[in-house]
Order: sequence, then C-alpha cells, then structure tokens
Amino acid sequence: MFRYYLKLGSLSIRANPVLSVLMVAAIAIGIGACMTIMTVRHVMSGNPVEHKNDQLYHVQVDNWNPDDPYEDPNGAPVQVTYLDARALHDAGRAFRQTTSFKTSRVVQPDSEDARPFQEESRATTADFFPMFDVPFLFGSGWNRSSDETLEQVVVVSRELNEKLFGGENSVGRTLMLNDEAYRVVGVLDTWNPVPKFYDVNNNPFEAPAQLFLPFSVAIAGSFDNNGNTSCWKPTPEGSGREGFLASECIWIQMWVELQNASAKQDYMSFLDAYVEEQKLLGRFPRPLNNHLRNPAEWMEYNEIVDDEVDVLLSLAALFLVVCLLNTIGLLLAKAARSSKNTSLRRALGASKAELFKQHIIEAGMIGIAGGLLGIGMTWIGLRGIEHLFVEYDFMQHLVRMDWTMVMLAVALAIISALSAALYPTWRTCNITPASHLRLQ
Amino acid sequence: MLKMKNVSKVYRTDTVETHALREFSLTVEEGEFVSVTGPSGSGKTTFLNIAGLLEDLTSGTYELDGRDISKLNDKERSHVRNEKIGFIFQSFNLIPELDIFDNVDVPLRYRGFKADERKRRIEQSIEMVGLGSRMRHLPAQLSGGQQQRVAIARALAGEPRFLLADEPTGNLDSQMADSVLDLLGEINDAGTTIIMVTHELGLADRARRNIFVRDGQVSDGAPELHLANLAAG
Repeated sequence: MFRYYLKLGSLSIRANPVLSVLMVAAIAIGIGACMTIMTVRHVMSGNPVEHKNDQLYHVQVDNWNPDDPYEDPNGAPVQVTYLDARALHDAGRAFRQTTSFKTSRVVQPDSEDARPFQEESRATTADFFPMFDVPFLFGSGWNRSSDETLEQVVVVSRELNEKLFGGENSVGRTLMLNDEAYRVVGVLDTWNPVPKFYDVNNNPFEAPAQLFLPFSVAIAGSFDNNGNTSCWKPTPEGSGREGFLASECIWIQMWVELQNASAKQDYMSFLDAYVEEQKLLGRFPRPLNNHLRNPAEWMEYNEIVDDEVDVLLSLAALFLVVCLLNTIGLLLAKAARSSKNTSLRRALGASKAELFKQHIIEAGMIGIAGGLLGIGMTWIGLRGIEHLFVEYDFMQHLVRMDWTMVMLAVALAIISALSAALYPTWRTCNITPASHLRLQ
Repeated sequence: MLKMKNVSKVYRTDTVETHALREFSLTVEEGEFVSVTGPSGSGKTTFLNIAGLLEDLTSGTYELDGRDISKLNDKERSHVRNEKIGFIFQSFNLIPELDIFDNVDVPLRYRGFKADERKRRIEQSIEMVGLGSRMRHLPAQLSGGQQQRVAIARALAGEPRFLLADEPTGNLDSQMADSVLDLLGEINDAGTTIIMVTHELGLADRARRNIFVRDGQVSDGAPELHLANLAAG
C-alpha cells in the first residue's frame, strides 16, 4: 500500500497545486530560518579533534592575584606565563606537549616584482603537528631537536605555498621572513579546524596561521605576541623583553597529550607538585587551582557559542512553529476540500487507520519537498549572513553546510510536516462519510 | 440477510433533536431487489447510510449476515463495508484524477488483493458494464451514463453481497436510466441483493419489492398503495 499511497499523495499534490506550493513554501521558509541559525551554531559548537578528545588537554595553572581571581568566582587564567610554559614543556612529563602563541611575519617573496606582505603566524613546538593530527601535503613538521637548536625552519600553509611556490613541493626551499632565511620543512594540506580549538582566546573562528615557526626561535627573536596578553602584576620598569618573559603575564597556550586516565592523573599530580614548588619561590599566591580540560570541555568553558546565538536559535525555532501553524491551517483547508474524496474512500472500505497512513505519507512528501527547498533557503540565509558580516574574514567558516546539516534539514522538515499533519489528518479520518456523500 | 429491528437515528444539535428513523424494522433476504421510496425527509437515505455502515444507529439492532454490526470496531466495520457492500451514488462519486481502471481499483486496494487478482477483477467488471475500451479514460471524458456504469463496475469488482443504490439514475436521462436499471436487474439476477432508494415511481416499479418509508418508519399497507401515496405527493 505504501507505493499506492505515494501515488495518491503525488496526485493529491498535483490536484491542489496552490495549497501544496503554499505548504511547501511555509515549511521551507521555517526550515530555512531555523537551519541557518542551527548551521552557524553547529559549526561554532563543533569539535574538530573529537577523535582525540580523551587524549588532548589544555593546561591551566593559577598564578593570578591572591586578592582578585582571574575570573569570578575562582577561574584560573586561560593562558600561561612564559616561565611556566617553558618549565612545563621542558619537563616533558606528557606523552606530547606543545606551547604556542600567535604572531606575524613579513614574507619576502623571491620574485622581485612581488611585494612583501605580512602573514599570520604561529610560534609553536614540534609536537603541535602530531598532537593535533595536522595534515601535510609535502614534508612534515620539524622535530624536537630543531626546537632545542633554534633551527630556522618553517611550515607553510597550502594556500601560502600556492602563492609563493605555485603549489609545488617547496620542502627544502628557503623562505625569507623579516630578512631572515627559513628552510621550508613542510607544507600543510587544507587544515581549517573550526573552532580554532588550540587557541580559543584569540578569536576561535579566525582562519589558522599561514606560517608555523619554532617557539624557541620566536622567543629568541623577540617575535611580538599578536594575541591577548593579561598581567596582574606590573613588570619591573626598564626590564624590557627579559622582564616580560620573567613576568606573571599570561600569553601562551599550552596543551598536552595524555594517553589514558592514569597518565592524566599523573600529569595533574605533576602540575600540583610544580605549583607547590613555585609557591616556595614566592609565586602562585592563590590556592591550588590547576585544570586539565579536554577540547570539548575547554570550548564549553570558554563559551565559544555566545548566548546570543542560542537566543537567535530560539527565535528561529519559534518562527518555524509559526510556519507550521500556517501549514496546519493550509492542511485543514485541503482536508475540507478533499472531504468528499475521503468520505468516498471510507464508503469503499478504507478504515480510519488506512486513511491516516495515506494522509501522513502525503504530509511526509510535502515535508521532503519543504526540506529540499529549505536547504536552498538555508543556503540563501547563510549567504545573507556572510554578506552581512562581509568585513569579518572568519565568518566564511561559520556559514558552511555539511552533510549532517543537510540531512538534519530534511529530517526536521519531515518531522515538522508530520507534526503539522497530525491534527488535520485526525480530523479527516473522523469525518462522518455519510454527511459528505449525502450532499451529492 | 439484512435485518434491522427497532432502529432509531436521532441527529442532535444544541437546540434541535431530529428523529430521522423511529423504531425502523426491516428484513431483506438474500437475492432480493428492494426499492425504498418515500417523501423527501422521510428517512430513506438515513436508512441506506446505516445499512451501508456509513452512520451509526442511535438505538435498535442491525444484523448483516447474522453479525451484530453495532459491536464492530472501525476496522471491522470497514472490512465488512469493503467485502459485503457496494455503493452506487446519484452523482457517481468517481475520483476525478484517477482513470477508470484506478477508480475501480480503489475498493480492491483496501481488500488487500494482489495485483494480478485486482487486474482480473477490474477488467472483468469494466467489461461487464460495457466500457472495456475506456479503461484509461478519466471520468471527465465519459458521459453521465458511462460514469454511473463505472461506479457500478467499482461496486461490483469486490463481488459484494449487497448493492446499495441511492437514486442511481437521478442524474441521468431516461434512456441512460433505463440502461442502468437493466444492468442492475442483471446484477440482481446473478444473485446480488440490491436495495435502491429512489423517489421515482418508475424505478421503484422495477424492483421486486417496494418499501415505503414515512416519518422514519416503514409504512404499513400494500406497495401499490405506497406508490399511489407517493404519486399523490
């Protein structure tokens, strides 16, 4: 009977083209509005390293002001000082560990007619690449010895490699950055984790860096930090760069890779011991407040998804409900128009259950059509958001629809259509056939 | 056998109570051709609707082939309606977007017949009403008489025991009406019980038994007297 009901649904839709188009449009508009916001939220709340969520941990140690916590009521700082980054990294107590900060370099292309340009860069350590499963097109990241020997090596993004070397394998080539020569050791494949989980404190939705350089080289070369820096204690006047590096200012992101729960426990003990040791040296005036948070916890802790997005999502859901109420009205009108047909089918032996199936399948067909059109509406909605915030480069990463959202759009449309159809179908199934056939 | 005993049907609104049938009793034996006549508003159509399980009765008992209909749930009633009863309506009630073949197919779908069995029955019944060459025509492409023949084919395809006809020739000219009545006669001769509601004397005369209904009850007296009463208005 399913195929028969599909055929009847198709005939009914064609027999009532205006009502059908209005119903599909109402569902599509509601789905489009809802899915536009849901897509943005979905991208914002994604976890690009879900497969390693139980192995990667962001490190927090509380070196902050004893009289004023970093964040009420007792939040630990979200970055670490250079002193702590260096000490914890060099201790090497995790399976892998990386420290990094956001910086920038002036790229000087070989070609004489090409002008130098500034590129977003990340100073980091060798473990960054294997820890975060960064994909390579050519070559690889540098090794730990390069960190130790301050080797001037660089990893470039696919996009930058395209721009500088025409997309060729540039491993081994020399790249001039701020008048210094760097050897290219790796070219990234397309890599754009959204949100940028490894540094959510400096706009989690901006594009990843185009250049990756050794952390040790950046420190030695006094590269500027282009990210956030927070201090609770002034650095001694005239102490310069050395004073800043020795200060209690936080500006470095630190992550560790721990292979199991026991390793996490051990590392936590190590952190506590480290802080206790530092307390003896007069640092860390606050009570122990160390944290290891996995990427999901870290992004939630940092409230990557603004409350405003959830408010928008609620409004979009309400709009969908309004569209569905319109659809219910249209379905009732359609049911009234087809009451003669329904009565006839009852007279010819259709039970209420059979009629229910027939009308629900028809509603499902309308839902599928609404869902497909809704995907188009969502696409238009996302392009609208992109256009509205055209000045924000990162916005393009938030307005991408993946297959999950496409399937969700269709599923939501079908569920919506079926929900909207319940009451009209119930009414249709309960009409007294004689009252409609008698009028003939 | 169709047996109604003391059947009443009351339509209620907030302010009005209308007794469409009052203590209505009637027995129709297997193979009969019964016409039901009576003035407008007498309860003829209500009787037919209750007989065809299209409406519930308010009180009394109704047995169809020995089964108490009032005790059946919706699914069972639909099954009985589909298997035992065929309907013919004054205005044919064909589904305009379905062709002749698919219109006749409707009750067979609900019976659950397999495709080849449905096809055999559809073709046989359409051939029987003389429209074998029009199977893929839409109702709008047929004359009124032909449409009523399609309705009869649809009613017959399920081989029902009872055929309930509500003014089956009301929308037809006399020539077409005659041909439809001839067809009903043939169907009755083949063993199908027919109950036909009509207000036309000529039609009632074609039945083998006439029931006269007045004020929701079967009226006493000879059929001739009923017909005379009907003629007198």
